[in-house]
Amino acid sequence: MTSPALETRRLSKSFGALVVTNEVDFKLERGARHALIGPNGAGKTTFINLITGRIPHSAGCVLLDGEDVSALPQEARVKRGLGRTFQINTLFPDLSVLENVVMAVSERQGRGGDLFRPAGSRRDIIDEAYDLLERLRLADDALRPVRTIAYGRQRLVEIAIALGLKPKVLLLDEPAAGVPSAETALILDVMAELPAEMAVLIIEHDMDLVFRFARRITVLVQGAVLTEGSPAEILADPRVREVYLGERRHD
Amino acid sequence: MTKLDRRTAAVHPVDHIAHSHRLRWPEALPWLLIAATYLLFPSYLALGSQVLIMVLFALSLDLVLGYAGIVTLGHAAFFGLGAYTAGLLAAHGWSEPISALFAAAVVAGAFGAASGAIILRTSGLTLLMLTLAVVSLLAEAANKADSITGGADGLQGIVINPLLGRFDFDLYGRTAYLYCAAVLLVMWYVVRRLVHSPFGRSLTGIRENRLRMHAIGAPVRRRLVTAYAIGAAVAGVAGALQAQTTQFVALNVISFHLSAAVLIILIFGGAGRLYGAFVGAPIYMVAQDMLSRLDPVYWFFWVGLLLVLVVLFARGGILGCVDGVRRRWP
Ligand SMILES: Nc1ncnc2c1ncn2[C@@H]1O[C@H](COP(=O)(O)OP(=O)(O)O)[C@@H](O)[C@H]1O
Ligand SMILES: [Mg+2]
Repeated sequence: MTSPALETRRLSKSFGALVVTNEVDFKLERGARHALIGPNGAGKTTFINLITGRIPHSAGCVLLDGEDVSALPQEARVKRGLGRTFQINTLFPDLSVLENVVMAVSERQGRGGDLFRPAGSRRDIIDEAYDLLERLRLADDALRPVRTIAYGRQRLVEIAIALGLKPKVLLLDEPAAGVPSAETALILDVMAELPAEMAVLIIEHDMDLVFRFARRITVLVQGAVLTEGSPAEILADPRVREVYLGERRHD
Repeated sequence: MTKLDRRTAAVHPVDHIAHSHRLRWPEALPWLLIAATYLLFPSYLALGSQVLIMVLFALSLDLVLGYAGIVTLGHAAFFGLGAYTAGLLAAHGWSEPISALFAAAVVAGAFGAASGAIILRTSGLTLLMLTLAVVSLLAEAANKADSITGGADGLQGIVINPLLGRFDFDLYGRTAYLYCAAVLLVMWYVVRRLVHSPFGRSLTGIRENRLRMHAIGAPVRRRLVTAYAIGAAVAGVAGALQAQTTQFVALNVISFHLSAAVLIILIFGGAGRLYGAFVGAPIYMVAQDMLSRLDPVYWFFWVGLLLVLVVLFARGGILGCVDGVRRRWP
């Protein structure tokens, strides 16, 4: 039996007395198209931060490819094939779109620390980054500083940087957050074209997008897993409806 | 069409990035000016050497502050270490200047690596305070160790052999000026290679968004310590040049005041552009020369006021303004 691409076992995190991640057992299979949903403040972003090692966990463990990576720093987990995007744009604002992606490709190839050879002489790296921009329909903006392009396109750069790492596991934190609904189609297109063998976990509020993309859904409420199932199962689950209707009532 | 569009329209984006490290003609300007100064102002070469040394010092800070984004008030620690290394070697019989430059680079670089490995665990205001603490501690140590450093009287008895065994350091400062210019040229080449390397690009990445650099797997702290150590080594070379060309080392080579001055020079000129040092240092030193004659008591007040104006209205310094103008009027 092969191990899942990503697994957490009783993963927990508290900030002081506030328990934000509560003994989460979770499996992301190879090639998965998996969504993590839940109301605001449920601890979804924190869950991703724990998996990537951006913040230290309080208890439990994270496994990549069946190996415990809980003690490893962020960069070591990235080297093992873990890529992510951010809910709030986390880009290199003054660098061009192309340079943003070159940065990621260069690090993946282990060239980021080269001291003397000009970065421009690594044509293979720049070509690869440019190919990625073409795939994500960003080529027209290649030389524009990232801060000058439209917000929806910046969200695509978020994804492009992560793809530059050629991750085995990709964690997408609300890729369509703040994007006008007319433009989410482009993001969905890009997600639909992701390599089949890549395991993808997406956090998303746009239920339309979730149900079109995901083949499996986990619902997180107050840091704990409420339920997990196929989209049809989740849609039919009265508890899930209650959580979402309840949230709407509070809004 | 804006100028940017027209310039880049014909060039494929991949080529644009692939050629970004090529030399462009404005980069020859500083060297033409340095040569012209030698030919046209033979009686100002002593000041000229001082300016070249400050250019080199500010260039080393550009790597640390302008590229890696490490805000430091302690950069003079490395300048001072280099100056004392070269000065002490020369005062104790090692009179060959070029090997002493290497020694200064090694000492300052090693100290930069060691102190950087500790203080670069922090960031922001804490880091700023720690850089200040390091330079203060070192200054106090140099003051206390007066049997070695000469303390407040300064380090005397520095003897420098002729350059390459042939060129005496003459009274008019001609050899010193050419020596400083040659060392600056070599160091500029090294720093330029560095900032165009993947390592240098990754420093810019760390400055722009450290969080993202972590998330793409870059060993952020190691990169910062490396940049800090290299910047320290280059600053050490600048300090050594100062000791060798003036044949004297005063305590003020390790001081908050000098750290602040080099910071001001870089911000005036424009940080993170490689040439801010070349613009800022001559302007600052000539202005200092003139202001301190016009208003010997309060001249630093005017420097401070100018700094406030630059920070408020011209964030990229003088070079930033030049870029802005070129973008608006194609
Ligand atoms: N660094 C932190 N310190 C204290 N509380 C935090 C911190 N980060 C997140 N939280 C809290 O954890 C809870 C979950 O946040 P988050 O993971 O961002 O939720 P989600 O992404 O599901 O909206 C929130 O109540 C938030 O206020
Ligand atoms: Mg979130």
